[in-house]
Amino acid sequence: MSVVAEVPLPPFWRRPLLRDILWQTVIPLLLIAAIWFFVRNAGANLEKSSLVFGGSFLGGIASFELGSNLVGFAAGDPVYKALLVGIVNTLHVSVVAIVLATLLGILVGVARLSSNPLAAGLSRIYVEVARNVPLLLQLLFWYALITRALPSPRQAWELLPGFFLTNRGLNLPLPGPEPVYGWMLLAFASACVLVLGMEWRARRRPQSMPHRASRRPLRLALLVGAPALVFVLGGMPVSLDVPVMRGFGFHGGLSLPPEYVALLLGLTLYTGAFIAEIVRGGILGVHRGQIEAAEALGLSRGQCLRKIVLPQAMQIIVPPLGSQYVSLLKNSSLAVAIGYPDIVRVSTVVISETGHAIEMIGVMMIVYLLLSLITSALVNLYNRAVTREAR
Amino acid sequence: MAVERSTMPVLPPAPPSRSRVLVKGLFGSVTNTAITLAILAVLAVILPELFRWAVLDSLWAPASPQSCIQGDGACWAFIQDKARLILFGRYPPAEHWRPILAMALWMGAIAVSADWRQWGRRHWPRFLLVLWAAVLLVDAVLMAGGAFGLREVPLEMWSGLPLTIMIATFGLSSAFVLSIFLALGRRSRLPVVRWLSIGYIEIIRGVPLISILFMAAVVLPIILPPDLVIDKIVRAQVAFFLFFAAYMAETIRGGLQSIPKGQYEAADALAMSYWQSMRRIIVPQALRVTVPSMVNIFISAFKDTSLVVIISMHDLLGTTNAATNDPVWLGVYVEAYVFTALIYLVFCFMMSWYSQRLEVHIKTGRR
Repeated sequence: MSVVAEVPLPPFWRRPLLRDILWQTVIPLLLIAAIWFFVRNAGANLEKSSLVFGGSFLGGIASFELGSNLVGFAAGDPVYKALLVGIVNTLHVSVVAIVLATLLGILVGVARLSSNPLAAGLSRIYVEVARNVPLLLQLLFWYALITRALPSPRQAWELLPGFFLTNRGLNLPLPGPEPVYGWMLLAFASACVLVLGMEWRARRRPQSMPHRASRRPLRLALLVGAPALVFVLGGMPVSLDVPVMRGFGFHGGLSLPPEYVALLLGLTLYTGAFIAEIVRGGILGVHRGQIEAAEALGLSRGQCLRKIVLPQAMQIIVPPLGSQYVSLLKNSSLAVAIGYPDIVRVSTVVISETGHAIEMIGVMMIVYLLLSLITSALVNLYNRAVTREAR
Repeated sequence: MAVERSTMPVLPPAPPSRSRVLVKGLFGSVTNTAITLAILAVLAVILPELFRWAVLDSLWAPASPQSCIQGDGACWAFIQDKARLILFGRYPPAEHWRPILAMALWMGAIAVSADWRQWGRRHWPRFLLVLWAAVLLVDAVLMAGGAFGLREVPLEMWSGLPLTIMIATFGLSSAFVLSIFLALGRRSRLPVVRWLSIGYIEIIRGVPLISILFMAAVVLPIILPPDLVIDKIVRAQVAFFLFFAAYMAETIRGGLQSIPKGQYEAADALAMSYWQSMRRIIVPQALRVTVPSMVNIFISAFKDTSLVVIISMHDLLGTTNAATNDPVWLGVYVEAYVFTALIYLVFCFMMSWYSQRLEVHIKTGRR
């Protein structure tokens, strides 16, 4: 005597399959309709201002200047070259700021955990203030301070021998124009490639390579030794291109404009505070028992930090650090407010010259998307290396 | 025969006094002494100079703006003169009591909604809804005027702190609604819905806010019908709405992921439909977990409202810039930015203090 319950089928409009299909057709259809509506309006609006949608304006002649730049762009060059200036400038300031902010963040993050109340307290004040004031306000502040409060080149502040700070920016010495320096750079790059190849091979076929512990001095020898060898073979030339005050300003060396200095300072101080909190969290996140175990094994404080705490802290630190790098990259777009020719600034100039707003903002977004993707891919790569090493 | 027991309980050694801990931290080891001396040396250079600038040589009541600007110290007289301009911008000075009252009501409503002790009460969400509707209505009338004998103040005149608060609250509350759907969409089992949500969230999170703001300011008028003119403030609002929805969606997704599977299964067992189970079971729990990280998004959103300066709107930072551009006071920048930074600091500190308290509450409540 078995009772088979007759489950009545729900009416057809409540059946899951139909609902799934319905949702998945209605939403894309609505989206397409909206896009069609926007495109039609854009067509009508652009026609009224006699603009043609397309990328051909990028090949046109740019009639504006962007100041001195690494690309060598000047008025009269095609517009796409100006865009290249913007991308290079964005990357330039972001990469330098990422390096400086990381160093500052590690220093302050460790200082916040210091047993010295003065160091811990001051770090805390810095972190709280830097994190809770808008970055844009900080940038404007530094820019105003540099251009208004600093002395003119004639009364320049000499921070270190050869480093001059004025209201026209920062001037610093560069290595002189010796060909040996170029070869040293090449030697270092080759050493980097060699080391990376070695590590890669060691990971693929561990038996064929020396053990990790003996690879470390080998790595160091390659990275330091190769450039040093080139330096010695080249006859050890020492020359420095030091900025010199002549006429109305400094000549020689590297001259960084006030916009760049303010942007670099603002980005470094702002992101450094966030990185400090990440570092602090990472170190605190290492289990207390790990440190006690290291002490029980008789490791010194330095050994404990190097071999026990840091490898584990890195696993906590690296992922959020990566998102800080991406947001620093995006925050560099605030350069537009103080007139540093980054990609946003160049785009706004191009828009006001040519009127191609949709295309330029599209280009801008694609550039940032690509740069963000590349940054997080690099950090992910590093993260994998960190987590694997710690295992 | 009573067992003789010591009446004195075994106490841990008394904690060392505060001053002893301080001295030990400062000079306890060679490294600490070196650090302390290095910091003191730097402070000895900076602090007297700062004190001289901010207090000793500062001018509160100079003979003329000119003498104040040329002086060696801070020109606080500028702040005295411009504080109202910085706070309220172009809003008519005789009517400043209106934005003050409006902001006070606004803050009051926020304070009432933020009180977690009331969250579990019956009909509380409904009460909050009514409260906010009332506050919005009263504030709109207060700010815009044109009724009850209040002078009419057009939208273009709203600026300064009220505008900053307005952009932040409206942008965030509208983004919140969209973000719930985006977060659910990203976890949906329907591939089309899932991929659309992922695409939206990741694209928005990959580009800077400024590009979205430019889009709202420049591109929006092009892609809308020519006879539809939208105010600049509303367009900026749209940008914040689109931008922060993506970030909030990721936070809410984290909350959704933390809900144990049993909750979903329980909802299924009760034969709830997808929307019923989300609305009654899943989303309320997920939101509760995410409040602290939400407040962190609020803090960054509040700071990011300052970006509207770049599309030449007069929020708190915009009015600060306007104040520094006054030809009479030309050259006073640092004082103005310090004043405005303090305002931002106060607001952000309040929010992060609340977030920390709430986190503690949620942790202890779960035990």
